[in-house]
Amino acid sequence: MTTYHFLQLYWWAIVSILGAVLVFLTFVQGGQTLLWGTAKNEDEKRILLTIFGHKWELTFTTLVTFGGAAFASFPLFYSTSFGGAYWLWILILLSFVIQSFSYEFRSKERNLLGKKTYETFLMINGIVGTILLGVAVATFISGGNYAMDKMNITTGSSNIISYWTNNYRGLELIFKPFNLLLGVVVFLAARTLGLLFTFNQCSKMEGEASKNLANRALSKVKVTGVGFVLFFVAFVVCLFLTTGYRVDTASASFNGINGPIVEEKFAYLHNMLGQWWIAAIFLIGVVLVLVALIRTVFKEKSSFYLAGLGVVLAVFAILLTVGFANMAYFHSLYDINSSLTLYNSSSSLYTLRTMAWVSLAVPFVILYIAYVWRKMTQK
Amino acid sequence: MLLTSSLVDASRLQFALTAMYHWLFVPLTLGLGVLIAIFETKYYISKEEFWKKTTQFWSRIFAINFACGVATGIILEFEFGTNWSNYSWFVGDIFGAPLAIEGIFAFFMETTFFAVMYFGWNRVSKGFHLASTWLTAIGANLSAYWILTANGWMQDPRGVAFNPMTARNEMTDFWDIVFSPTTISKFGHSVFSGFLVAAIVVIAICSWYLLKKREKEFSLKSIKYASVFGLFAIAMLMVTGHTSAQTVSKTQPMKLAAMEGLYRGQNGTPFVAFGILNPKKEIDNEEKPFLFKIEVPKILSFLAFSDFNSFVPGINDIIDGGYIYKDKNGEEKLALPFNEKVRKGEIAKRALAVYGQFKDKPNGAQKDTVLAQAQSYLDENFDYFGYSFLKSPKESVPNVPVTFYSFHIMVMLGGYFILFLLIAFWLNKKKIIENKRWFLFIAIISVPLVYICAEAGWVVAEVGRQPWTIQDLLPVNASVSGVSSGNVYTTFIIFVVLFTTLLIAELMILFRQIGKGPDGIKWN
Repeated sequence: MTTYHFLQLYWWAIVSILGAVLVFLTFVQGGQTLLWGTAKNEDEKRILLTIFGHKWELTFTTLVTFGGAAFASFPLFYSTSFGGAYWLWILILLSFVIQSFSYEFRSKERNLLGKKTYETFLMINGIVGTILLGVAVATFISGGNYAMDKMNITTGSSNIISYWTNNYRGLELIFKPFNLLLGVVVFLAARTLGLLFTFNQCSKMEGEASKNLANRALSKVKVTGVGFVLFFVAFVVCLFLTTGYRVDTASASFNGINGPIVEEKFAYLHNMLGQWWIAAIFLIGVVLVLVALIRTVFKEKSSFYLAGLGVVLAVFAILLTVGFANMAYFHSLYDINSSLTLYNSSSSLYTLRTMAWVSLAVPFVILYIAYVWRKMTQK
Repeated sequence: MLLTSSLVDASRLQFALTAMYHWLFVPLTLGLGVLIAIFETKYYISKEEFWKKTTQFWSRIFAINFACGVATGIILEFEFGTNWSNYSWFVGDIFGAPLAIEGIFAFFMETTFFAVMYFGWNRVSKGFHLASTWLTAIGANLSAYWILTANGWMQDPRGVAFNPMTARNEMTDFWDIVFSPTTISKFGHSVFSGFLVAAIVVIAICSWYLLKKREKEFSLKSIKYASVFGLFAIAMLMVTGHTSAQTVSKTQPMKLAAMEGLYRGQNGTPFVAFGILNPKKEIDNEEKPFLFKIEVPKILSFLAFSDFNSFVPGINDIIDGGYIYKDKNGEEKLALPFNEKVRKGEIAKRALAVYGQFKDKPNGAQKDTVLAQAQSYLDENFDYFGYSFLKSPKESVPNVPVTFYSFHIMVMLGGYFILFLLIAFWLNKKKIIENKRWFLFIAIISVPLVYICAEAGWVVAEVGRQPWTIQDLLPVNASVSGVSSGNVYTTFIIFVVLFTTLLIAELMILFRQIGKGPDGIKWN
């Protein structure tokens, strides 16, 4: 393996970790969906807004960093998916923008729109935001309608390097059953984690309101958690049955950047079976989530962190199978040879190497975040 | 798909809207963060409850404002992909890195410790809290550094080489990009403008209290610190303003010419201190550029090149070429006329197209020859690649009135703030500021002025760079995504409504919190 390809894999792994952590951190979004239905009065709402309001920035910052890291390491993805599936990404952004000020503004006097509106914003972010994030991740597997040719920059009339080939601009992606399925899985994962975090925090607090919330969260986990598991299993089955696309690196015409893209039935299943360590990460993740849910439901023990770790590992493994082993991680439904692979979409060797040095700082960042988290959550 | 100017306009409009809204919120965060950290340090040392309340009050203002900065910031980052997708590939190899580093190094620091600063009063020790407040302020300013690295590179692309294999620019020298003189000047100028905004806002809020005869001790002490902080900021703004002018004169002569409404240059060019542009003036007619102007002799030559007799090219000089200038490396060169730049750009583009046709062909002698030849044409002409997308000399000139007036409004307001801050400092020192009602009124009126000043600076930087997204390498019309303009106008309207509502809500909440005063704020 060349150093260049090693770095491409390394950066795919980093982006995958960020994506996995992002999905875990949507427990904040999941928690917001408890504002209506689970919280029965202002006191209970205040508790939810406090425990999730101290964490929302972390999710938000991870989303921004995920965007930045994707841009730095795979700029062609940034350019093709964001510029092509315009409306999907704009809607995701809008659903996060309306979250960012709602925590701070909701409880303030003379806030123009009233409490109810800010709560609506948080609900939209919690439901629509998570579903659309799931849809966006699903396009790594289900592809998109675009054509890409880097040399278009030299043509006169249209110099667009990658363009979407229908006028729905990514809206159509939301209504594909497979994408929507993953959207629902992410939503249910977020809500389950939100319930677990509510239970975790409220069971440590004094007072009637927090006790009520803890009990309600516990009983709701039973339904949402089971729903999450069922939908997740359905998704995994679909994933393993899906046809994938690979760049044929053995072909004579493969030049380190471009090569012929070949279709392969059950590609993702093959990826799991062929890369045992990814399968192991995946299984550990799934088992941790199951153990966490069983512990919560049957023993009433707080298992938020266990479930969170499980989600991170499972999502991380899925994202690895999407990009590793020469996969086209975002294939084109219009022209298969336009598909994006780690080879043709990454930054240069120099940039990936420079950024690899930068990435050594990540553990320190995680360390201080964990330290602050402990300090701010233990009481 | 045909690129219409309407799409380019819509995309620019949307980006300008987001950037200008973002810059309504960010400067206050940059400066107020540091002021709050100073106030809390006072509290940590003196242990006086007064300073704790002062810190907490300004933290509340900071927090309300911070949320809005975050909301507009995320859209900016993603807009490079959604609306400027060609750009994102063509220079993403360089441009993505600072954005990622900003996230990893700065934004996490800012948000993580902001949570401690804002929610942590009863949860962490005083020392840890103080450290968190400083880290929030440092994180915010560090964030600015990386964003301005990205922006500075667009104004002054360096540390890169074009790779025809991938049809994009690739990074060759990270440190050259990070420590580019343009970036350093821009960082200083932007951050200190944030400090100035914070100083003026603090003085204005306190002036309002003094007019209402409330919060006397709080206001006088806050004004004392803010006026010194503001004077420091404005001194630094003058220094970085000068270094910015020098980098612009080297890397973006057309921007400098537009800033000054200079059509024909001369040795010992005067600086237009005040002027009214002639609206009939075009690059291809003989109308006088100004209806009225007040000039200071030879000053523009000095500001640009530290030499009173140096030649500063005007807009028409740059289009016609034929004068001697020093390039980035200090080498003397003959300026090329516009048509020659276009010709060279087209050669580069054609060479790239040929390279593209041959690069995936089976290896052989013919392929090697063609690629080598294409490469040599590219090496020779790529510096002008962007000109191949321009059709007439007019397209190479930014909007002169917008650039000129924004620049002069910024400079004049800068002068006003020097005077304002000196008076504030002096009145405060003499302990008579609370009786000078005229000054307190002026202080309140100064808030919109300082925001106009800060925004005007960015208008100069961004409108003055037109038609380029990347100076000389890529113009806006080759940078956009292939979205229809209708879609972009729709999102533009959504953003207008959303951000404007957000701004009104923010202001209402801020006014209410200010009305409550430092004693009225309940702290959780």
